[in-house]
Amino acid sequence: MKIFDLTAHEVRDKLRNRELSSVELTEESYKRIDAVESKVDSFITFTKKEAFLQAKAFDERMKKGELLGDLAGIPMALKDNMCTDGILTTCASKILGNFTPPYDATVTQKLKNAGAVIVGKTNMDEFAMGSSTENSAYKTTKNPWDTDRVPGGSSGGSAASVASGEVFYSLGSDTGGSIRQPAAFTGLVGLKPTYGRVSRYGLVAFASSLDQIGPLGKDVEDCALVMNTISGHDRKDSTSIDRPVPDFALGMKNGVKGMRIGIPKEFFGEGIDEEVKTMVLEAARLYESMGAVCEEISLPSAKHALSVYYILATSECSSNLARFDGARYGYRAKNYEGFKDMFIKTRSQGFGEEVKRRIMLGTYSLSSGYYDAYYNRGLKVRTLIKQEFEKAFETYDFILTPTTPTTAFKIGEKSDDPLEMYMSDICTVPVNIAGVPAISLPCGFKDGLPVGMQLIGKFFDEATLIRAAYSFEKASVICRQRASIMGGGVNEL
Amino acid sequence: MAITVKDVEHVARLAHLEFEEEEKLGFTEKLGAVIGYIEQLKEVDVDGVEPTNHALDIKNVFREDVSEPSMDREKILQNAPAKRSGCFEVPRMVD
Repeated sequence: MKIFDLTAHEVRDKLRNRELSSVELTEESYKRIDAVESKVDSFITFTKKEAFLQAKAFDERMKKGELLGDLAGIPMALKDNMCTDGILTTCASKILGNFTPPYDATVTQKLKNAGAVIVGKTNMDEFAMGSSTENSAYKTTKNPWDTDRVPGGSSGGSAASVASGEVFYSLGSDTGGSIRQPAAFTGLVGLKPTYGRVSRYGLVAFASSLDQIGPLGKDVEDCALVMNTISGHDRKDSTSIDRPVPDFALGMKNGVKGMRIGIPKEFFGEGIDEEVKTMVLEAARLYESMGAVCEEISLPSAKHALSVYYILATSECSSNLARFDGARYGYRAKNYEGFKDMFIKTRSQGFGEEVKRRIMLGTYSLSSGYYDAYYNRGLKVRTLIKQEFEKAFETYDFILTPTTPTTAFKIGEKSDDPLEMYMSDICTVPVNIAGVPAISLPCGFKDGLPVGMQLIGKFFDEATLIRAAYSFEKASVICRQRASIMGGGVNEL
Repeated sequence: MAITVKDVEHVARLAHLEFEEEEKLGFTEKLGAVIGYIEQLKEVDVDGVEPTNHALDIKNVFREDVSEPSMDREKILQNAPAKRSGCFEVPRMVD
């Protein structure tokens, strides 16, 4: 088996057994980048110098016989909306094209402390606004399973970098499905933690009440190990929750016997591909065969989640992005007359189309005369959605749904129709609205493309999701399938 | 709900953005479609429902009022599009 085909925990074992050094592994990672990056376009920035320094430091500590953590010495990638001290952080926007943060995001710091080797910063939809990674100001990332298709968005670069073997895992951010939807499209496991579980300090804000950082990996165990490293309270983020962090990998192998699984009929309705439905329902049967109980449930307000999302996310983004004025950092327009004109021209030239569209929609929702009809009503429907989830979790351990209505679509197919593009997040947004955790993992293939299923859990109960996802992964053969660019593909099945 | 060019101009002013005439027309159509979609929320009965600002019930967080080192001035200014005498340089704001 090729090294780049391995999972992070398999590579960890090889590092610990001295079969490999971190420098060799980092060389492998950049070799792989040389071989496939021109086909997938996962990255915006490479951090080769820093990566090799970290790799060498790992090897020296190993020589001294130090016991190092699970992620130490392993090449990984960060989405380009997470601040890295002294390294370009563009958010895939022209307005931040020259921005070098003077500090590290908390997740960056935690990964560095854990000895992770950061190989580069990945491409994304500008300011994390999009579902296809076509909204980047720099490049369009391609799906490693079929390079004519999108890898999903907005963490498409992070997903493609793992699915094509350039790195062993990555971090994405998820505001309405931006970790889970790309995970589903590229055959990976992606986890959106409970809101507040992972610090957002140093994450360039899109919609602060919805954004959450999480891992993308080749299997469930990798995601559990990354969660162990990045979770926890942070006094620099006022929305971070002070709660103990369990070892997410610890109870992972305990099975699903006796678990109760809710299957909400609203997530299997119109717009969801028939084969996707069938595969998710087959997964439910597999859970039953392992001793779980599956029952149909109803979450009637979930059908409003996308509307609520586009009011709240755009309102919050219009407020968050008001800081981009050309005064202190980022792009500044060349020709202007006075301060206000500098502000307007900088923003008009610096932001891309989708970002401007969302700022406009959010400003409209928050404007005088519409605030109650849109924003305030959106917050109230959010309460209803949250209450329905809470009620369901009184009876069920987790909820099972498709992650996306279809498999990965073609590049350009939906870019002219924002509404149609937004629909690809229809199964994932209710989770962000409620703030609960969810994981996406592969459950089958349609025409050679991965299909993802989503497990939604109780507040702070990522452990159950990881355990349930791990059980499915071990019981099916799907997780060992690799993208065609990896020399795999479902034709091998 | 139909969005007019005048609406687009008004919102653009609030958002500190400007658009070409052709772009404004594009916005009326695309924004109108999305607003039409989110209008379905008007069907939901929200009488007596409290709004949820945050998914978790979080309280404001305070720290002890102890001074801590600030970020290095030069590091902050390293990204300034224009700087002078250790400050950000911007066009005159008041006459």
